[in-house]
Amino acid sequence: MFILLPFDSLVVNLLGISITVLFTLLLVFIIVPAIFGVSFGIRKVYMKTLLKIFQWATLRIERGAKEKNHLLYKPYVNGIIAKEPTSLEEEIKEIRRSGSGKALDTPEFELSDIFYFCRKGIETIMDDEVTKRFSAEELESWNLLSRTNYNFQYISLRLTVLWGLGVLIRYCFLLPLRIALAFTGISLLVTGTTVVGYLPNGRCKDFLSKHVHLMCYRICVRALTAIITYHDRENRPRNGGICVANHTSPIDVIVLASDGYYAMVGQIHGGLMGVIQRAMVKACPHVWFERSEVKDRHLVARRLTEHVQDKSKLPILIFPEGTCINNTSVMMFKKGSFEIGATVYPVAIKYDPQFGDAFWNSSKYGMVTYLLRMMTSWAIVCSVWYLPPMTRQPEEDAVQFANRVKSAIARQGGLVDLLWDGGLKREKVKDAFKEEQQKLYSKMIVGSHEDRSRS
Amino acid sequence: MMFCGTEDPFGQLGTAVLAVLPLSFLCTGRAWGAEKPLARHANLSLSFFSSSVSHSQITRLYSRFTSLDKGENGTLSREDFQRIPELAINPLGDRIINAFFPEGEDQVNFRGFMRTLAHFRPIEDNEKSKDQNGPEPLNSRSNKLHFAFRLYDLDKDDKISRDELLQVLRMMVGVNISDEQLGSIADRTIQEADQDGDSAISFAEFVKVLEKVDVEQKMSIRFLH
Repeated sequence: MFILLPFDSLVVNLLGISITVLFTLLLVFIIVPAIFGVSFGIRKVYMKTLLKIFQWATLRIERGAKEKNHLLYKPYVNGIIAKEPTSLEEEIKEIRRSGSGKALDTPEFELSDIFYFCRKGIETIMDDEVTKRFSAEELESWNLLSRTNYNFQYISLRLTVLWGLGVLIRYCFLLPLRIALAFTGISLLVTGTTVVGYLPNGRCKDFLSKHVHLMCYRICVRALTAIITYHDRENRPRNGGICVANHTSPIDVIVLASDGYYAMVGQIHGGLMGVIQRAMVKACPHVWFERSEVKDRHLVARRLTEHVQDKSKLPILIFPEGTCINNTSVMMFKKGSFEIGATVYPVAIKYDPQFGDAFWNSSKYGMVTYLLRMMTSWAIVCSVWYLPPMTRQPEEDAVQFANRVKSAIARQGGLVDLLWDGGLKREKVKDAFKEEQQKLYSKMIVGSHEDRSRS
Repeated sequence: MMFCGTEDPFGQLGTAVLAVLPLSFLCTGRAWGAEKPLARHANLSLSFFSSSVSHSQITRLYSRFTSLDKGENGTLSREDFQRIPELAINPLGDRIINAFFPEGEDQVNFRGFMRTLAHFRPIEDNEKSKDQNGPEPLNSRSNKLHFAFRLYDLDKDDKISRDELLQVLRMMVGVNISDEQLGSIADRTIQEADQDGDSAISFAEFVKVLEKVDVEQKMSIRFLH
C-alpha cells in the first residue's frame, strides 16, 4: 500500500519533522506545567482570540441575510409561545366567569372547562419545559462549527475560507495533539495508580496518590482544552462530606477532580473504563459498585454511609440528577445521597456552549463519538462555583433538603430550576402526576369533603 | 508495519501520518452536520395559514416537529406525543393527541400537524372582515368551538350523548368522584343544554351554551416573536 504513495520524500520528511516538533512542544508547554499545576495562560489568550472571530462571523452572517432581505433563524431559549403562569383553579374560574354571571363559589361542572385542558395540552405540544432539556442548547451566534449552523446559505466566501481554516486547525493540529495528550494522561493514570497501589498504607501513599490523580486529571483537562474558572475555592469540599453537582457530561468529573481530590462513586464498566476504574481503586478508596449491586438502594446507601462516617476518608463526588441534562436547567435530585446525613457541599457547573457544547446526548451519540466531538470543538469553557456547605435541618425531610440544594445550585449557575425527573429522558412519567391534576379538577366540580358535609 | 523505500525516521513518521489522516476524517465525518434541519428543506405549502403567520414561526414549529420525531421518518406517531411529560399528565391528553390523527391513521405529517395547530392561532381584527367569500379560516370562533366539541364527541356522530359525556368526565376526574355523582352531573349538563329533546347535545346547542364565553382568547396561543 505504501508503495503507491506518490509523494516526494521531501514532503514526507517535512511532515515527520513537524510531528516531532509538535510532540516536543506538547511535552514542554503542556505536560510539564500540568504536572506542577502551573499554567502559562495560553488557553485564555486562545479563548479571547476566538471570541473576536466569532463576533465578526456573526456580523457577517447578519449582513448577508440583510442583503438578501431574509430573516435569520434565531433560536430563543425562553420558549416560543406566551404561557401564563396561572393555576388550574384560576384559569377555569376565569373561563366560567366570562361564560355566565352565576355565583362562582359553588363547585359545578361547565362544558367550557374543557378549554383549559385543551389549550394547556396544545401549548405543551408546541413548546414544553422538559423534552428540550435533553438535546443540545441552540446558540445565538455562530461559532464556526458546521454542527451549530442554522443559516447555511448566508455564508460569504470569506466566511467559508475562515471556516475551512478552522476545520484544518481543529482536525489536523488540535485533534492529534489532544488525542496524544489524552493517551498520555490515561496511561499515566493507570500506571501511576497501580504503582502507588503497591506501597504500604500510610501518609506517603496518600500523598503520592493525591498527586498522581491531580496530575493526570490536569493532563486530561488540557487534552480537552478545557478553560475552567473556579469561584469561591474556600468552600471546597472537605473530608467526610458529599459533593453534589449538576450533571452535563462525563467531563464534569474531570473538571471537578482536577481541582480537588475526591472519592468517586459509580458502576464498574467493562473495557477501557473498567481498567481505569480498577487501577484507580488500588491507590485510593473509590466506591465502585457491581452492576447487580446498583439496583439495591439499601446496599448503596449503606456503603456510602460507611464511607462518609470515616472522617479521614475523601469527600464523595455524586451527581444526584442521575443523567446528563443539557446545562440550561437543573432537574430533580434523587434523594438517596441526601438521606445519609453528611454535610453536603453543592457545586454549580456552567458550560459556555460558544466554544463547544459539552452536553452528552447519550441517545444520539456513543461515548467515542462524543469524545471525538469534544476534541474537535474549539475548547470547553466552564465556570465552577463552590457553594457554602449545607446540612439537613431537623424539620425538613430528604426530599425538601434535596430541593433546597438544587435551588441553590440553579440560582448560582443561572439555570432553570425544574421539579421534573431527569429519568424522563428514557422513561414515561408516573401516573401519580396525572392523578394529582384529576384530583384538583374534581375539587372544582364537587368541592372537597368539607364543603359537602357542610351543605 | 512495513515502510517502503524510506529508511529515515522522519520519513516513516510522515508516511504513517499521511496514511492515517484520511481515515481519521472518515471516522469523524459522522460527527459533522447541524443538529436541526430547517423548514426550507421540506416542501411546505401551507395555504390554510394566510400570510399572517410568519416564516420564522413556521420554521420554529418545524424545528419542534423534527425534535418530536424520534423515528426521523417525517411523521409523528401517538408515542411521539406521549413522550412529552406535560402532555402525558394532562387528563385529556389522549383526546388531544387523537385530534391530530385523521380517521383511521396512525401517523401525522407536518402538514397535518400544522393544520391542527392552526385552530389555535389568535384571531386578528383585520381578518374578521376580509375574504367573506372564501372558506372559513381554521381559527374562526366557530372552528375553535368545533375543535372542543370533537374532544367530547367520541364516536364522531356530531352529538354528545350521555355516555360520551360520562366517559370524558371520568377522564377528567379520575377516581375521585363516584359513578352516581358523575351521572347526575352529566344529566344536569345535558338537561341545561338540550333544546330539541333528544337527550344529547348537538353542535348548535353546544354553541348556544357557550355563546358568552371568550373563546377567542381562551382557545388561542400567541407566539412570543
